[in-house]
Amino acid sequence: MQYSLRQAFRSGKFVTGFALFAAMLVIVIVYPLIITYPPLQIIAQGTFFPPGIYVSTYDSVNAPTTYTLNLDDAAAKRIASKLKAEDRTAMKEWLVAAGIPESEIDAADTAKLLAQWEANYDPKKQVAGMTFARSRYFQRVNTSISGLLSSEGAILATKAPDTGALQQAGTVKQTDYVNVSEIPNVRLLPLGTDNFGRDVLTELIRAAGVSLEIGLVAGIIATLIGLTLGLLAGYVGGVVDDVIVFITNLFTVIPGLVLLILISFSLGQDKRGPVTIAAVIGLTYWVWTARSVRAQVISLRNRDHVNLSKLSGHSIPHIIINDILPYIASYVIMAFILQISSAILAEASLSILGLGPRTTDVPTLGLMMNWAMIYQAHLLQKWWAYLPVLVTIAMITFSMNLMITGLDQVFNPALRD
Amino acid sequence: MASEKNSCLSGEGLTKIFGFGRTRTLAVDHVDFDFHEGEVVSIVGESGSGKTTLAKMLLGLINPTEGEIHFLGQKRDISSQKKRQEYWKNIQAIFQDPFSSYNIFTKIDGVLLDCIRMRGGGHLPKEKKIELMTEACSFVNLKFAELTNKYPFELSGGQMQRLMIARIFLLKPRILIADEPTSMIDACSRATILDYLMKLRDEIGMTLIFITHDIGLAYYVSDSVYIMEHGKFVERGSADEVILRPKEPYTRRLINDVPKIYEEWDLSTV
Repeated sequence: MQYSLRQAFRSGKFVTGFALFAAMLVIVIVYPLIITYPPLQIIAQGTFFPPGIYVSTYDSVNAPTTYTLNLDDAAAKRIASKLKAEDRTAMKEWLVAAGIPESEIDAADTAKLLAQWEANYDPKKQVAGMTFARSRYFQRVNTSISGLLSSEGAILATKAPDTGALQQAGTVKQTDYVNVSEIPNVRLLPLGTDNFGRDVLTELIRAAGVSLEIGLVAGIIATLIGLTLGLLAGYVGGVVDDVIVFITNLFTVIPGLVLLILISFSLGQDKRGPVTIAAVIGLTYWVWTARSVRAQVISLRNRDHVNLSKLSGHSIPHIIINDILPYIASYVIMAFILQISSAILAEASLSILGLGPRTTDVPTLGLMMNWAMIYQAHLLQKWWAYLPVLVTIAMITFSMNLMITGLDQVFNPALRD
Repeated sequence: MASEKNSCLSGEGLTKIFGFGRTRTLAVDHVDFDFHEGEVVSIVGESGSGKTTLAKMLLGLINPTEGEIHFLGQKRDISSQKKRQEYWKNIQAIFQDPFSSYNIFTKIDGVLLDCIRMRGGGHLPKEKKIELMTEACSFVNLKFAELTNKYPFELSGGQMQRLMIARIFLLKPRILIADEPTSMIDACSRATILDYLMKLRDEIGMTLIFITHDIGLAYYVSDSVYIMEHGKFVERGSADEVILRPKEPYTRRLINDVPKIYEEWDLSTV
C-alpha cells in the first residue's frame, strides 16, 4: 500500500490532478477566512453588474485631497468613452439623410461633426424609413454628447436644510483627480454581481465548498453502500448474493437521474438541505460500485491466500477485512473519487431542474447555474454569471478524473507510458 | 501394512458438479477412498482430472455435491464455524503456487502467529512465541531473525514454500494435503522441499496426502498411489504395485510421459 501511494505521486497525471484539486481546496478554505462577506448578501441594486472595481462617487467628490493632473490624452479619452466609432457613423448617416452632402461630413473631426449635429439635429424630424427604435437611439446619442466639448468644471451644490435653496459647495474641475487608496469605499467585484445583486466570486467560492461537501458526503454514502453490498454478495454468495443482485439490478434498470428527481421532488422544498440532497444522491449512485466490487470479490474468494486464511481459522469478517478488502482497496479508492465527481455533477443537474437544495441558505454550483438560467444571463450575454461556474465544475471533475487516470496507471502496469 | 492401521480419512461416492445445464462439469465422479493414519498417499493425474477439487472437498473448503466424508471413523461435521475451526486443527494444506498462497498485506510474523494462536498459544508471552517461531523456521533452514517484519513476497518461491512447511510444523495437524507443492519450484529446491516434507511427516507422524501430476515423484515418496482420470480413480494400490506393474493403459501412459535422462523420450503417446 505504501509502495503504491509513493508510486502515485510519481505519476505526472496524478500529481497534476492532485495539485489542481488541492489548490481549489485551499482557495475554498482560505478565501472565506480572509474575505468575510456573507456569500448570499444582496449588495447591488439591479441585476448583473459587470466585473470591475467599484469606487464610491460620493466619497470621490468629497475626497480629503484632490490632485491636479494635466494629462494630454484626458479630453480625447473622455470623448471616446461617450462617442464611439459606431455612434459617429450613425450620426453621419442621419446628417446625410437630413440633406447635408456626404463630402462635407468628416466623422473623424469631432468638433466639426458636433457643430453640424447641433445645427441640424431635430428630434421631432421624421426621417423616411427610420424605425421608432432607431430614432430613440439618436435621441440617446444626442443626450449623451451634450456638453461633450465643454472644458468647464461641474459645480457641486448642497440643499439648505430649512429653505431648500441650492448653495454652491465647491467645483470639480476636469483636471481634478483623487487617489483610489484614499477613498474609503471601494469594492472590487472581480466577477461582477448576479441577478439578485450578489458578489459572484464570494458566492462561487462558497458554492464550490458546498458542492464539494455534497460530493464527499454522497461519495462516502455511495461507496459504503456499494462496498458493503458488493463484499457481502461476492463473499457470502448463495441467497444473500441473489437478493443483493436482484436489488442492484432493480436500481440499474431505473435511470439514476429519474430516481433522483422523483426522490428529491417527493421530499419537498422545505426538507431539501445540502446534506439531504447528498444523501439522496449517495443512495441512488451506489449501484456500479456494488456490481464491480462483487465481481472482484468473486474472483478473489477462491484464491489460495483466502483458503489459507480460512484454514488458519479466521472468521468471515476477519477474512473480508484482511484478505479481500486490501486487494480491492485501489479500485475502491478510484471508484470513490469518481463517485465524488459524479455526485457534484448530479447535484448540478438536479439544481438546474430546480430540485436542488433549499435556496436561501447556501449557494451550490448547480443553484448558481439555475439562477443564471432563470434570469437569462446567457441571452443577455452576462457571461460572468454562468461561465465561472461552468469552469469551476469542469475543473473539479477534470482534476478528479486526472487523479483517477494517474492511479489507474499506477495500479495497472499495462497502462503505464 | 497400511491396512492394519486405523482409517483416518475416508470417502464414499464423493461427487462434485460445477455449474448446470450446458456448462455442467463433472469434476469428481463418485470416488471412494480410505486413507490410513501415518500413511503417505499420492493422488496422481493430469491437469483437469479433479485432483485439486477433491483436495478442496477433503479440506472442507467446498461442499461435495454428493457423497460422504468420514473423519477418524465418524461422519465429518463442519456445519458451523466453530466445528470447521476444530476440523482445520486436524487437517491442513500446502498449495501449489507459493506466490499466491500468502496475503501480500500480512507480514511473515502474522502468518506464523496465526498458527500459534490456532494451537491455543495466543496467551503465551512474546518471548515464548518468538522461540516457537524461531524453532519452526530453523526446522526448514530459515532464520526467523531475518524474516521478521518482512512481507512474504520479498522471499523466493522456494523460501515461501519452506515457510509453508514451517507453518505446518507449528500447527502439527493429523493430516496434511500437499497440493502439487513443488510444481512451481525449480528441480533443486524441489528436492529440498520434499526432504523437509518427509522429515516433517516423520517428526509429527501425520498422514500425508500428496497430490501430483508427476508419477515419478509419487513413486519416490508414497506408500500407496491413487491414479485419477476424469474425476475417477482408475487404479489404486501400493506404490510398487501400481507403478512397477500397471494394469490400466492410462497409468502406463503417465509412466511413459516421465522424461528420463540418457533415454529417448517417446512423445508418440502424448
